Amino acid sequence: MAPHASQTAITATGLHKSFGDHAVLEGIDLEVPAGTVFSLLGPNGAGKTTIVKILSTLISADSGHVRILGHDLDAEPDAVRAAIGVTGQYAAVDGLLTGEENLMLMGSLHHLGRRRARQRAAELLERFDLVDAAKKPASTYSGGMHRRLDLAMTLVGDPRLIFLDEPTTGLDPRSRRGMWDITRELVADGVTVVLTTQYLEEADRLADRIAVLDHGSIVAQGTADELKRRIPGGHIRLTFAEAGDLESAARTLGGSRDDTALALQVPSDGGLDSLRALIDRVDAESIEVEELSVHTPDLDDVFLSLTGHPTTEDDQRKAASR
Amino acid sequence: MNTLTRATGDSATMVGRQLRHQLRYPSMTIMLAGMPIVLLLVFVYVFGGAMGSGAAGASDARAQYLDYIAPGIMLLTVAMVAQGTAISVATDMTQGIIARFRTMDIARVSVLTGHVVGALVQTLFALAIVTGVALLLGFRPTAGPVEWTAAAGLLVLVAFALTWLTVALGLVADSVETASNTPMPLMFLPFLSSGFVPTDTLPTGLRWVAEYQPFTPISETLRGLLMGTEIGDSAVLAVAWCAVIALAAYIWAKRLYNRDPAR
Repeated sequence: MAPHASQTAITATGLHKSFGDHAVLEGIDLEVPAGTVFSLLGPNGAGKTTIVKILSTLISADSGHVRILGHDLDAEPDAVRAAIGVTGQYAAVDGLLTGEENLMLMGSLHHLGRRRARQRAAELLERFDLVDAAKKPASTYSGGMHRRLDLAMTLVGDPRLIFLDEPTTGLDPRSRRGMWDITRELVADGVTVVLTTQYLEEADRLADRIAVLDHGSIVAQGTADELKRRIPGGHIRLTFAEAGDLESAARTLGGSRDDTALALQVPSDGGLDSLRALIDRVDAESIEVEELSVHTPDLDDVFLSLTGHPTTEDDQRKAASR
Repeated sequence: MNTLTRATGDSATMVGRQLRHQLRYPSMTIMLAGMPIVLLLVFVYVFGGAMGSGAAGASDARAQYLDYIAPGIMLLTVAMVAQGTAISVATDMTQGIIARFRTMDIARVSVLTGHVVGALVQTLFALAIVTGVALLLGFRPTAGPVEWTAAAGLLVLVAFALTWLTVALGLVADSVETASNTPMPLMFLPFLSSGFVPTDTLPTGLRWVAEYQPFTPISETLRGLLMGTEIGDSAVLAVAWCAVIALAAYIWAKRLYNRDPAR
């Protein structure tokens, strides 16, 4: 069922969109290979949701051209709709219906037939750990359950391309991990995923390619590693009580030293293995370390280095892009 | 599957969704039926004694007035449910589920037809209760089975036209609050028609409004069917009004739904 790897799921060129005189997208070009995870990374108001709304036929672009899974977005919107699934930032579930009824509703809208719809609903409730809540109204669900039901509803029609619009925003760490696992399973089944997120970590873990979005333009595009090479990466910061310890640590570990603070910054990916290796080397040299802290690059670092300005939460933009 | 069967199938699914909403949260339906009943009681027991011709005393006047306004109360019920539809459409549009429907390969109008047919069922339910109460209070229509059927048909037609109108009003409203206010005139029009008082008792300006607005021929027709009064050309006018309102509102609603969602 997996599409051929060389196929292109989405080609978008020159997307522009304004709300009133406020330009939200200023010339977006995208190319998403089938069967991969493509992440749009950026702060609130960067235009992520607007791109998803355009690509999922919800709103139209002012200009630009889009082909999705071989169909022209403007000429054949229904063919595009038949092939995609959208899981929004705000759970798109019917709060007045139960989880099971929501899934059955999707089943009938996909013309599955009653028996098949019931079967599919049961499968998905099981897969997304919603069996106990199946008969309860969706409005009573927790944030994590909402998102799971939302995604389950998207999967009823077996879409080949899924848009996950900030699937983990506002979720607790456990639910976030659950969503990540589910996303990986989808990709393993050959589904193409477009993921929008504000979290570098999320894009890093899931995406094959990442486009960094700022004020309606793509400021950088590449694999997670390519992007991270362009930013001042993560590091471990060590502080010492004695100048001599700093001296020997700098000799052993390298990195950049700060003599007045008696501190040393060593580049690191922040992982347990590299941390263990570093501690082993410090121990081997009998260096006294007063304090150790791990710094991982976040979206702010990426932004600062790619755009020269920190991420801003512009409420007006935020409102306009939804 | 061709377009028509698909549209019918998807609409049936959406009707099912609406009915499930109504069953699960019956308070809206009960309130929509309750208001006309309260008004019926107020009109008959508070004003009724003074309103009828009352040759044989106040209770006779009350019975006469009940017979006179029962058709008007039925129309008011239809207008009330229609107002509820504007609110439920506007509320629905704020839900993410509508965005999901818009990104699915389904007949687009099905979301709206779901609301309209759901509202018709709700209207019939409310009308059955209101008519039942009126009969209990002593409403004595002279209609036979044919007239009852025609009256029911007329009420469904009025409900169909008003519901498409309020679906459009629900779509055009930028908030649920606005949606609950814009259909208010629909609530007043039955009072400014021949539904509650004969139009020749009204001052000139108001009488002009009353004589040329849709609820007057509709009330006259309904009263004619149920009470055997003179219908004349009211029936044709009533059906024409409903057809024009339904068609225009349908086109308007469809256009509103097809534009890019603003929220």
